[in-house]
Amino acid sequence: MNNWILALIQAALFIIFAPLFAGWIKRVKCWLQNRRPPSLLQPYQDLRRLLSKQVVMSVDASAVFRVAPYIVAAATLLAAIVVPLIAVNLPTTAIADVIVLAGFFALARFFLALAGMDIGTAFGGMGSSREMTISALAEPAMLMAVFTLAMVASSTNLSTVIHYVLADGMVLRPSLLFALLSMLLVGIAETGRIPVDNPATHLELTMIHEAMILEYSGRHLALIEWAAQLKLMLYSVLIINIFFPWGIASELNLVMLSTAIFAITAKLMILGAVLAVSETIMAKMRLFRVTIFLVLALTLALIGILSHIVLEIH
Amino acid sequence: MSDTFLLVTLFLPVASALASLFADRYPVVMRKLAFPLLGLGGIFGVFLGLDTLLHGNSATFVYPLGLPWLNWHLRLDSLAGFFIALISIVVVAVSFFGPGYIREFEHGKQPLSILGLFTGLFIEGMYLVVLADDAYSFMIAWELMSLTSYFLVTYQHQRAANRRAGFLYLLMAEVGALAILLSFGILAGFGDGFTFDAMRTAHLSFTWSTIAFSLGLLGFGMKAGIVPIHVWLPEAHPVAPSHISALMSGVMLKVAIYGFMRLSYDLIGNVQWTWGVALLAVGCISALFGVLYALMQHDLKRLLAYHSVENIGIIFIGLGLSMIFYGTGHELLGTLGLVAALYHTLNHAIFKSLLFLGAGAVLQRSHEHDMEYMGGLLSRMPWTGLFFLIGCISISALPPFNGFVSEWLTFQTALQAPSLQSGVLRAVIPLAAASLALTGALAAACFVKVYGISFLGLPRTRNARRTSEASRGMVFGQGLLAVLCLIFGVFPSMTINAINNATLALTHHSLDTATAHGWLWLTPVSAQTASYSAPLVLLGVLLALVAWAIVYYILRPSGHADTVRGPTWDCGFGGLNPRMQYTATAFAMPIRRIFSPVWRLHEKIEREPRKGLPEEPAEIRYQLHAEDITWKWIYQPIERLLNIIARSVGRIQTGHLRHYLTYTFVTLILLLWLIT
Amino acid sequence: MLTQLPFYQQAILTLSAMILFTSFALLAQSRVVSIIHAFAWQGAMVALTTALVAYDTGLHHLYISAFLTLALKALFIPWLLHRLIRRLGLIRELHTVEHPVMTMMIATSLVIFCYYVAQPIEQFSETITRNTIAISMSVILLGMLMLISRNKAVSQVVGFMSLENGLFFAAISATNGMPMVVELGIAFDVLIAAVIFGVFFFHIRDSFDSLDVSQFHRLSESDE
Repeated sequence: MNNWILALIQAALFIIFAPLFAGWIKRVKCWLQNRRPPSLLQPYQDLRRLLSKQVVMSVDASAVFRVAPYIVAAATLLAAIVVPLIAVNLPTTAIADVIVLAGFFALARFFLALAGMDIGTAFGGMGSSREMTISALAEPAMLMAVFTLAMVASSTNLSTVIHYVLADGMVLRPSLLFALLSMLLVGIAETGRIPVDNPATHLELTMIHEAMILEYSGRHLALIEWAAQLKLMLYSVLIINIFFPWGIASELNLVMLSTAIFAITAKLMILGAVLAVSETIMAKMRLFRVTIFLVLALTLALIGILSHIVLEIH
Repeated sequence: MSDTFLLVTLFLPVASALASLFADRYPVVMRKLAFPLLGLGGIFGVFLGLDTLLHGNSATFVYPLGLPWLNWHLRLDSLAGFFIALISIVVVAVSFFGPGYIREFEHGKQPLSILGLFTGLFIEGMYLVVLADDAYSFMIAWELMSLTSYFLVTYQHQRAANRRAGFLYLLMAEVGALAILLSFGILAGFGDGFTFDAMRTAHLSFTWSTIAFSLGLLGFGMKAGIVPIHVWLPEAHPVAPSHISALMSGVMLKVAIYGFMRLSYDLIGNVQWTWGVALLAVGCISALFGVLYALMQHDLKRLLAYHSVENIGIIFIGLGLSMIFYGTGHELLGTLGLVAALYHTLNHAIFKSLLFLGAGAVLQRSHEHDMEYMGGLLSRMPWTGLFFLIGCISISALPPFNGFVSEWLTFQTALQAPSLQSGVLRAVIPLAAASLALTGALAAACFVKVYGISFLGLPRTRNARRTSEASRGMVFGQGLLAVLCLIFGVFPSMTINAINNATLALTHHSLDTATAHGWLWLTPVSAQTASYSAPLVLLGVLLALVAWAIVYYILRPSGHADTVRGPTWDCGFGGLNPRMQYTATAFAMPIRRIFSPVWRLHEKIEREPRKGLPEEPAEIRYQLHAEDITWKWIYQPIERLLNIIARSVGRIQTGHLRHYLTYTFVTLILLLWLIT
Repeated sequence: MLTQLPFYQQAILTLSAMILFTSFALLAQSRVVSIIHAFAWQGAMVALTTALVAYDTGLHHLYISAFLTLALKALFIPWLLHRLIRRLGLIRELHTVEHPVMTMMIATSLVIFCYYVAQPIEQFSETITRNTIAISMSVILLGMLMLISRNKAVSQVVGFMSLENGLFFAAISATNGMPMVVELGIAFDVLIAAVIFGVFFFHIRDSFDSLDVSQFHRLSESDE
């Protein structure tokens, strides 16, 4: 029972700290670009402001448009329940393995893309078309990286995989190295960061995610924004805890849990800073250059699988 | 009990066929008698199938029909029970859908009696294929199924395109039947008899069993629609009446899968891993090819037909993995692959029938079959829209619906590749799984296109604007299948418990580990390896929504209405109109550019020049046609070859009587020489 | 098992995977400068691998090979090529890959094929690097594939050099390197080849006004 409560607390941590993580990335970016950063709590204030506002909806919006934000949020929330943040061995990780996790993200994306097409503007359709194209290449790349992991640890359950990596100690595995690189690229593409998409842009021709949600306002927009922040944090935690799990609590006592919280905070801060640096030194790509970016992710994942089979099995 | 149920199940479709003979004089017969009889037969079939499947009992029946020395043998085992249940579920849904749908044919040129007669016989044929226990009755039933469906495809034969599609279908069906017959011939030759029991005892060398297997793959594959012998499918399915398309795509392809499973696992028996590799390759190619071609279509039913090719590919990937593991001695993993394939067979039957019924409802109400002329249908047909959405989610393999479970099982099977000895197989199988992942992602993109273009947005034409909801029966038929999509998605362990009995009949192994942790958990190999709990996922979604509702009611802003409606943002220019929406062609454009070598694209841009301003045309017309690449590379060379052969053979036809007499004379002498 | 190997042996395996990656990168790159950079990285990694093998086996002459590889493949030849394309004015030139997806699929199947071929060899080999034999063979075949799939002289030369990297790597991984005399000879040959190619580039350009080798069919005497 305690474990279930801890799992729910962990999910709550995800929900609560996702905007903070987004705020941290923004802050590092501001430092790097010699701008004065907004408060770290700014994303919370944005969400609060949006929640308190009236929803203005197009007269042409159908039920799909109304339902989509809730399904997007619920699917992302489910993903947050499944991904281990501070402790492995929680009962909730058994609900879904990594492939189901990819399924949750796909479900959220499916409804967001439908919502983009619901109003009948050209922007929405454009955003949906681009989002689905990018995900059509990013999802197989992610699953291939996952397959590499699954073959190394002979499991797709996140707990088992993390346990395996922990038990392995400091080993330089070519397969995991390439899987990590591939997951990083996929994470950037899926969370809509530079150079694939620009979360800050409102220039119609360059945007993907923003184009789909152009018609949203009020609490609907708040939910979608919050789900996007949660997704960014989920991908970061996934990458950190699979490839660098040291510090995560494998037993549920107070010392280990507090160490785990400290460790994951430090690692998230580092990863966020790295993301901010890469976003500062790179420019957004043209849409059809993104294909090359994703094919690179696919190739990396492919070499990950091949190097596991060729080099690591004796 | 099963004896009576079987007779009733087999009798009612015939009764329906006979009853509809009166439909020309009294059209009401179709609605009030023929379809209810079909539906009743379907309900009996569901009970019969489930009873056989769950209790795992088998029964054989011999009827003194057919040839004097070869009676009809029928056998009802749990595999047959599984497929009878599958056929019957769709038949029940169709019998609710049909009465409303055929209203538009009541005043048409074609006689309704033909439609009813052949529908009944078609269903009868499919039941008999599944039940047949000797090659003779199997082939009779198979031909009954093929021929009646030919007449149903060409039901609206006034259009030349329909006749051409029908002819292509008939031609390929007969070539396929010939291959199946030859395959049975080999087995019968070694087993000394045409009953399946005799064939099971046959001992075949590797070469002969591989020949029999390849012929079976050709024959059943042609019916199932694997690439490159799929070409009849996207032609025939769109032109048949929609409830027939649902039966053909949802069920008839599955009957072909049944025949293939029966032949390779049961009759031939000694499964080789090399066959599995061939199936894996065929499956991957079919899946990718199907979904990429589906993306290029904007005729709704044609698009769905290409998705059938894709899903048959996924089933074949499961079968291929199963055979690879069987052939290398991993029985349990082989069973896992087989369960994945059977599960996907069931799922595809349900969601594809649902989608075809939905497409039929749209076609009937809006008189449009091209997505580019639809739009905004959700607000005009809310129930059809809801059920079609469920179908789209299921076929896109999204949790917690049914399509996801079977794809997940296929992935799990593929991930067990490291237990194989051969290094090459270990390397190839994950890549096959990767191509399955690509297929799934592209399918999701395709169904966002389908639903977004046809049901969402603004109506693009007057027809679309004037659409209204389909009749109650039609909606109920779809609703039934939509509910099943959810049930089979949320309770996978129970479904697998039932499927286990079917695999027992086929391979004498069942997958007990999958459901070892209770109905809540699905653990295909072990709890450590992978687990999925669909009920908890659904519960999680519901809890999240309830939690939000509570939060919302506490924090609700007071004082003003919380939602207001306003006009769509038009960037300040004004005058948004439906023509400004993204079209289906535009939606698929980025994907078209990325995968461009896959299609033979015929692009045509016509510019109507404006007087005085040649750079600024008054009108631009854009046409795009994605031609099936197999026509140019496979079918046209075959056609040319056949023509050349025909012409050279034709040379002996001189037209002189004396020459023909000479041929007879020479033949006679040759024969005499032979018998000495 | 991998976990029982010492760290530098794990590093050798990782480096060989990265060498394979550079081969894929060479196949897919379209900018001439990026091709040369990828080639230089490949040379550097082969050199590093050789040094690690030298450390592991205690064969000191391998350090010399490693140094030679680094100097030639990672520094001198890339520098020479870079200088050449600058003088030829090709810095910004794009050497488009004609069928990228097809090339990648062939490349993947080649790697699997090499693995299939190398498996029996690996069982007889005693060296710690025996698992990398398949990789080194793949590098050779991918180099040849690059020679076939490109039609510009510069990328072909890089393909040839990468093929030579693969041969060298194969020698290291299968038998801990060839005798010193042979290696010196090969290094010298490669050096001369690079210089000669450089001279040829100018000649080809003078005769055909481009470095597109698909123009060579004009040399054929048959009149089409």
